[in-house]
Amino acid sequence: MTLNGAAFIVGAYEHPTRKADGLSVLRLHADVAKGALADAGLSKDDIDGYFCAGDAPGLGTATVAEYLGLKLRHIDSTECGGSAPILHVAHAAAAIAAGRCNVALITLAGRPRAMMAEAQARAAAASAAGGKPVRAPLALKPPDPDAPELAFELPYGPATQNLYAIVARRHMHEFGTTSEQLAWIKVAASHHAQHNPRAMLRDVVTVADVINSPMVSDPLHRLDCCVMSDGGGALIVARPEIARQLKRPLVMVRGTGEAPKHAMGGQIDLSYSAAAWSGPRAFAEAGVTPADIQYASLYDSFTITVLMQLEDLGFCPKGQGGRFVADGGLISGVGRLPFNTDGGGLCNNHPANRGGVTKVIEAVRQLRGEAHPAVQVKNCHLALASGIGGALASRHTAGTLILERL
Amino acid sequence: MPERKIPAPRALPESLPYWQAADEGRLMLKQCGACGQPHHYPRDICPFCLSGDTSWVEAAGTGHVYSYSTMGQGEAAYTLAFVTLDEGVTLMTNLVDAEPQQFAIGQRVKVVFKASDGGHAVPMFTPL
Repeated sequence: MTLNGAAFIVGAYEHPTRKADGLSVLRLHADVAKGALADAGLSKDDIDGYFCAGDAPGLGTATVAEYLGLKLRHIDSTECGGSAPILHVAHAAAAIAAGRCNVALITLAGRPRAMMAEAQARAAAASAAGGKPVRAPLALKPPDPDAPELAFELPYGPATQNLYAIVARRHMHEFGTTSEQLAWIKVAASHHAQHNPRAMLRDVVTVADVINSPMVSDPLHRLDCCVMSDGGGALIVARPEIARQLKRPLVMVRGTGEAPKHAMGGQIDLSYSAAAWSGPRAFAEAGVTPADIQYASLYDSFTITVLMQLEDLGFCPKGQGGRFVADGGLISGVGRLPFNTDGGGLCNNHPANRGGVTKVIEAVRQLRGEAHPAVQVKNCHLALASGIGGALASRHTAGTLILERL
Repeated sequence: MPERKIPAPRALPESLPYWQAADEGRLMLKQCGACGQPHHYPRDICPFCLSGDTSWVEAAGTGHVYSYSTMGQGEAAYTLAFVTLDEGVTLMTNLVDAEPQQFAIGQRVKVVFKASDGGHAVPMFTPL
């Protein structure tokens, strides 16, 4: 069964907040669901499929369905970190093709920034009350004690930052990639973010600004990292007959691919990501090549994440990503491949520490011609959204989505 | 450089012999009797061929740095690394007992065992 043409993205909505003080996680999920329904011109009762990942509280699908009063006949809680919504779009298209649902809602939302601030405030209050310092927890969720690999990792202090930095170091060693080349990815994102009034970081930065920002985990600097933000986003995927009845531009699912990558029993090779497996599947299903893609939303937890996807998806040969991004290669209107024209996770928004839904949303904006005029790709009819969820160096899941404006 | 407090590994039954050996200063690998491949982290079932015929073998404890990253500043700095053992298995670890500037990809290293916070000893690596 091919998913090429099986479904359309008819609704897309990004929550405007970046710090959700006083809003619950479920309220954020509900806000984005309403926003996507309004965008599509559909009502709650049209939804018969619902998709969410680990950011949804409680029992996930059932908890969100209860809050929103949904009556469903198909659910999917595929959890693979930040790339999950990209896989959800593919799974929704498959469910629609199989007759399991007609209109699928996908939501992602969270409030890590507000939660961290609250944890720090509690620690400060406890310190004041007890007369000795109490530290806020570094992680909001404790690790799963039954994951067998963690005994062989947690003693060594793996954090998100060093699990990406260690890939960057290896890339520099194998291919001669430089910190300056990685910095160009942030520079391009900042050029786009200056036009997004909701972006967390709107100032245009230079390569020197990135290189001179504090070292977080060698060789990644603070400006090589994405923002931490609250909020979320939602998508609505519908059967073609329904999409054609709506008043929105037609954005068709044309190609899909997914793959996990892990430590492979100790046969570790950090020179590629799982996008090297998900990408070719998506391009084969779509019947197009990377050269046909006019706009790409690339998961940008860190600059190195973008570089790896560019190579693994075939936009340039392995090892040439540094040259590809240098000198504004990713800046809309200037470079060879406009990317993350909303400012991406690097500058705009990385809600719930998960960047997958905003990747799809900006691709939909580009295909509809609804991106900011300063970054809108002219006559954009073929776009790609790519996600890497998890940790690049240990285990992660890639999702690739190719979308076409009819 | 003061030592970082090392979280105690939570040893599950499958991997308990690994941690008991670490307490005695030995680095162990699991090897498959059917396909011959060593693997890490250790399982009862070989991740390459799913054979249940796996047994413990002692590693030489030497290898080379595959990649690394030093995080944090000053006394809080620590170096996460992947080290490829001479047996051909790459594992996550820390590089220790040297200044971070001394580490390099390809560098020869040997295992050292560090006390964890109330648990089993943990294998780490230092330049040879």
